[in-house]
Amino acid sequence: MSEARPFSESSPFARRTAGFLVVLYAVVSLLPLLWIGLTAFKSQSDAVAYPPKLIFTPTLEGFVDLFTVQTRQPRAEIDKLPPPTTWYEKITREKGVVIAGPSRVVERFVNSLVIGFGSTFLATFLGTLAAYAFSRFKIPLKDDLMFFILSTRMMPPIAVAVPIYMMYRYLNLYDTRIGMILLYTAVNVSLAVWLLKGFIDEIPREYEEAALIDGYTRLQAFRKVVLPQAATGIAATAIFCLIFSWNEYAFDLLLSSSDAQTMPPFIPFIIGEGGQDWPAVAAGTTLFLAPIALFTVLLRKHLLRGITFGAVRR
Amino acid sequence: MATVDAYAPMTDRARSLRRARGLSDRAIVWLFVAPTMALLLAINIFPLIWAVRLSFTGFMANLPGAASFIGFDNYRDILTDEDMWAHFQATAHFVFFTILFQVLLGLGLALLINQKFRGHGVWTTLILLPMMLSPAVVGNFWTLLFQPQIGPFNYVISFLTGAAPSSFTMIGSVELAPWTIVLVNTWMWTPYVMLICLAGLRSIPDYIYEAAEVDRASPLRQFWSITLPMVTPFLMLAVLFQAIQSFEMFDMVNLLTSGGPGSVTELVSITLKREAFEKWNTGYASALAVILFVTTFGAANIYVKVLNRVKQ
Repeated sequence: MSEARPFSESSPFARRTAGFLVVLYAVVSLLPLLWIGLTAFKSQSDAVAYPPKLIFTPTLEGFVDLFTVQTRQPRAEIDKLPPPTTWYEKITREKGVVIAGPSRVVERFVNSLVIGFGSTFLATFLGTLAAYAFSRFKIPLKDDLMFFILSTRMMPPIAVAVPIYMMYRYLNLYDTRIGMILLYTAVNVSLAVWLLKGFIDEIPREYEEAALIDGYTRLQAFRKVVLPQAATGIAATAIFCLIFSWNEYAFDLLLSSSDAQTMPPFIPFIIGEGGQDWPAVAAGTTLFLAPIALFTVLLRKHLLRGITFGAVRR
Repeated sequence: MATVDAYAPMTDRARSLRRARGLSDRAIVWLFVAPTMALLLAINIFPLIWAVRLSFTGFMANLPGAASFIGFDNYRDILTDEDMWAHFQATAHFVFFTILFQVLLGLGLALLINQKFRGHGVWTTLILLPMMLSPAVVGNFWTLLFQPQIGPFNYVISFLTGAAPSSFTMIGSVELAPWTIVLVNTWMWTPYVMLICLAGLRSIPDYIYEAAEVDRASPLRQFWSITLPMVTPFLMLAVLFQAIQSFEMFDMVNLLTSGGPGSVTELVSITLKREAFEKWNTGYASALAVILFVTTFGAANIYVKVLNRVKQ
């Protein structure tokens, strides 16, 4: 990071005021997320308490509700059952319900993972190849091709969803993981090409030329010289692709119904017994958002590049 | 920054050696670029052409039968429909205010962070968090925060203003709902504008300020004549990107208000989804999609021009 100094030397007072305001903004803007996290550990009645509760006894009810399907039983029936053997059975017994089986959340989570990682791998792979070609070779109409690639990303998802829906119906790709992987790859590859071209542009050509003189072929030079040098860039790009696929909602909502449904379209439909089960929704949301928070911290040095398609680098 | 097209000539020896072995450069270019292009053509361009074709028909995807050609009727219907103009107005309101607030807050925060107080790195990272999250999942959760009685938002407002917490609903009220979606979107994307502005501020070399100092320019003068002009290209970039993004906004709003109450927060993309996937007016929806696409494509074109300028 460059050490540019704003204005002249700012006074300690100005600096402290600035710090205070920024921290204030950060705290206020993080409150909604904190509330999500808190709600995940509330009981159903604490979550809908009026007025809202800040202090409560934490419970894992929300998480149990999230992962299980439950049926309500009369107290007498429950008392007849053998004593609960696991902690989560204990929690549900106290509420007067028994666990009937795992919920569908697990499938949705698996879908999110499979589609996320599948499309990330494909997009990063294709993107690395194309970015290398665009970075190193003379290609006719290069700028136009690069613009074409970027413009595909600018398409409103809803606008292309109609024909893609019809195409997927026809090709039997509707509601399939492979269909979603291909679609997310297509959306991500534009970002991957733009970002990786920036990263590869920064690797001096001399390294490859030296390798060529040493007797490497172009492909060998690409594999053994360029790829290792671009490793950080490739990793950062992959994380950006993963975050996009993980967060995507519109395409999955419209092009899947169950087999390929990921978490985002599913979370709003986590409805417990007796109305919206907010602790379960919060638990799902927390588990869903936590990895992204972690990635944000890991990526912080590359965030700027990622969100501007490599246009701004520092 | 060096332009990337500058093709550094290789030494003759390297060139002749390379020609002797392995794939030719041309073959590598084909091999490396073609799969990406093929994928984009199949999943982006082909559907787009299909959408253009459908937009001239009265096709309905839920009914059997061939598409009947009806010329520009769909376009005429869209552009003369008053409800549709209301949706475009709702979208314009959303885009304009969300960007206005993002720019004010984002630039302000960037200026503050650039004061380099202790711990600014950590707080910057924390501020960035909302923009990385799934808008759909977050939009869904904001519905709890906005619940008039059990949600914390109304309590905070009531604590600050004294109004009773159950006297207003952010989602259910015709007056407030358009501002609610602006609020949530601003919360999500202010960090984006902030981060880009921060990059702009850091790109300003010290010596310019030092020179201004020598000339005894006031801090305010320095801001107007140095900081703002130097940050503007970066700000433009952020604004354009956010304009495109909020113009296409679907997920957060769909889960937060799903267009309601009535249709006061029904943005164009929500209308599009309704026409295409609820009423199954495929032809009509395709025409709307084409209109949306042409608009964003135009914006994207400008975007790339600005982007190239920022790069230099």
